[in-house]
Amino acid sequence: MIAFWIILTGALVAVTCGLLGCFLILRKMSMVGDAISHAVLPGIVIAFLLSGSRETLPMLLGAGATGLLATFLIEYFHRRANLQTDAAIGVTFTFLFAIGIILISVFAGKIDLDQDCVLYGEIAYVPIDLWVTPGGTILGPRPIYILSAVLLIVILFIKFGYKELKLTSFDPAFASALGISTALWHYLLMAAVSLTTVSSFESVGAILVIAFLIGPPATAYLMTHDLKQMLAITAALGIVISVVGYWMAYWLNASIAGCMAVITGLCFATVFVYQRIRVTHKRLTHPEPATD
Amino acid sequence: MQHFIDFFSFTDPNVRYVVLGNVLLSASAAMVGVFILLQKKALVGDAVSHAVLPGICAAFLFSGSKNTAFMLVGAFITGWLALITIDYIATKSKLKKDAAIGLVLSVFFGAGMVMMTYIQQSGNAAQSGLDHFIFGKAATLIGTDLVIFSVLAAVLLVAVGLFFKAFALVAFDRPYAEALGYPVRKLDLLLTSLTVLAVVTGITAVGVVLMAAMLVTPGAAARYWTDNIRRMVAIAVAFGVFAGLAGAYISYTAPAMPTGPWMVVVSSIIAFVSFFFAPKKGIVPKLYTQRKNQRIIAEENTLKMFYHLGERNSHFKGKRDLSELIHTRQVNETLLKTTLRRLATKQLLIAHGQQWALTDVGYQKAARVVRLHRLWELYLTQYMDIAADHVHDDAETIEHILTPELERELEHQLGYPKKDPHNTEIPKI
Repeated sequence: MIAFWIILTGALVAVTCGLLGCFLILRKMSMVGDAISHAVLPGIVIAFLLSGSRETLPMLLGAGATGLLATFLIEYFHRRANLQTDAAIGVTFTFLFAIGIILISVFAGKIDLDQDCVLYGEIAYVPIDLWVTPGGTILGPRPIYILSAVLLIVILFIKFGYKELKLTSFDPAFASALGISTALWHYLLMAAVSLTTVSSFESVGAILVIAFLIGPPATAYLMTHDLKQMLAITAALGIVISVVGYWMAYWLNASIAGCMAVITGLCFATVFVYQRIRVTHKRLTHPEPATD
Repeated sequence: MQHFIDFFSFTDPNVRYVVLGNVLLSASAAMVGVFILLQKKALVGDAVSHAVLPGICAAFLFSGSKNTAFMLVGAFITGWLALITIDYIATKSKLKKDAAIGLVLSVFFGAGMVMMTYIQQSGNAAQSGLDHFIFGKAATLIGTDLVIFSVLAAVLLVAVGLFFKAFALVAFDRPYAEALGYPVRKLDLLLTSLTVLAVVTGITAVGVVLMAAMLVTPGAAARYWTDNIRRMVAIAVAFGVFAGLAGAYISYTAPAMPTGPWMVVVSSIIAFVSFFFAPKKGIVPKLYTQRKNQRIIAEENTLKMFYHLGERNSHFKGKRDLSELIHTRQVNETLLKTTLRRLATKQLLIAHGQQWALTDVGYQKAARVVRLHRLWELYLTQYMDIAADHVHDDAETIEHILTPELERELEHQLGYPKKDPHNTEIPKI
């Protein structure tokens, strides 16, 4: 049963992150996901100080707020100060993360948090974090409910905003001409990424969130040109990675999040190498220069 | 104050070590950072700093002890591998560099986590404190570490000094560097190695996540103060040194404060101040010039209204009221009022109760703007073959920009014309 809960958690996070990650990759904004997942630290600390507990809702709000603040600052410095995007990302998220660590050190006595938990998370604790009703009925691990709710929100968001997301990702100019606000959809997507990151980091850690945001979509992106197929492949890969990653961790008796990240890397490497071989093979059999 | 004196007299050997270590680390990172920033590879530092984890773990597994030199070698190898992988993925597939960076970063770090948990279960007593390499502990720098860091910083300094010109050229104009026969790929590889070296040196002080800031933030701030690469490097290093000193000082006065994060916060604040207030490129000075130009344009357009009204009955200095002015040109009433008041204080207009009239100087100025407008319209029709009914909008913008030299040149080219393409008179001054 423990294995089932852990794999389910991993799969939920992988699918949620992957679906959003597809759009991040298409918008060349993958590293924004990285930035958000680190920038949530001060928000979590502040929420923890204000609410005095590790309740989910204040944490989500605090982290979501700093996540959005990070995306706003990145956009602001890029647009108004003409700062190159990569530098804007680098400066902003490190600043917020540093503030988070300082807050933790200042309130060290009051806070049961440290930076390891943000980076690593602890997926192995998921099955212990049970949701017990006042009546005493055990309803299963709490993170499962939260993550399922987030997945549902993300799926609904993509389903109802599919056209807008697709257009603003592929052809922002055309989207604006049709009267679709690129800024609005940018921030909606960022809000979704923040929500996902925040709800997942506690269980799986920032690193695995990044791996899931970028790894499966990047692999799917190499395999297909069709956005719907890309989303489907990403979701399927996410589930496979979570299952295989868990068994690897079980077998090696090592970090589950780490193993899932490694499997993500292996999946990508396999597809990448296969593509390289095919391209070289094509070149050998057809001496014409390849078109891609 | 006592703290301040104690700290800056450097009598405490511990303070000396920490300060020297911090300053060396942040200065050398800032120097290399400038070049990776200019090559638009700012986030590469983030990838390398995450990618050193498996190297550190492997070195520990291999040597069984926390020997700094071993760790650094291990870290260097995996950091370097990560960079090569990123480049390879970005050039050989349709994935963009940022996706490659994120992927490599998380997968390498994940591999490191797997090794780390393996080490934790191995029961080797020496493993405690291994995570300092990942999360940083600048305050615990000791003498032997310092020797290693000094050597590494010196290597960085000399290498960047020797290849300064080549790096600058590659950063700004790659094709040109290639055409000149510079070994661009080898230089890339060298810069990559130097980046990894800087990250590996700094990571013990500030940790995995914040290392990216040590590389990029001082450079990003310096970019706003100069366009000269040498000065940019000097400013970035100065910012880095200042941040290093400030971080060490803060954690000296308040021992609970972590040094690394404070260094990053200080250098971020320097960067934010630069983004907002640096002369010319900062947000605030840019807004100021924008406002100033808008004001000048509004003033000149208002003067033009008086001229156009005067043209109807050849009575240029007649009194006009608001409704009459608004009639000639669609303008916002409040904007018009403030502009009129400003023009009056500049003595280009005189107010007569609710009415306004041009002064002599005001007339001169109005005539000049109209003149530039019409000269430009004529130029467009004669030299650019643009139809007379299409030239107005273009002239509307350029009339505020043309200098007296260009005005003379236009007149000369057009043969001192009297009429514009709409057959109205070009005013003489």
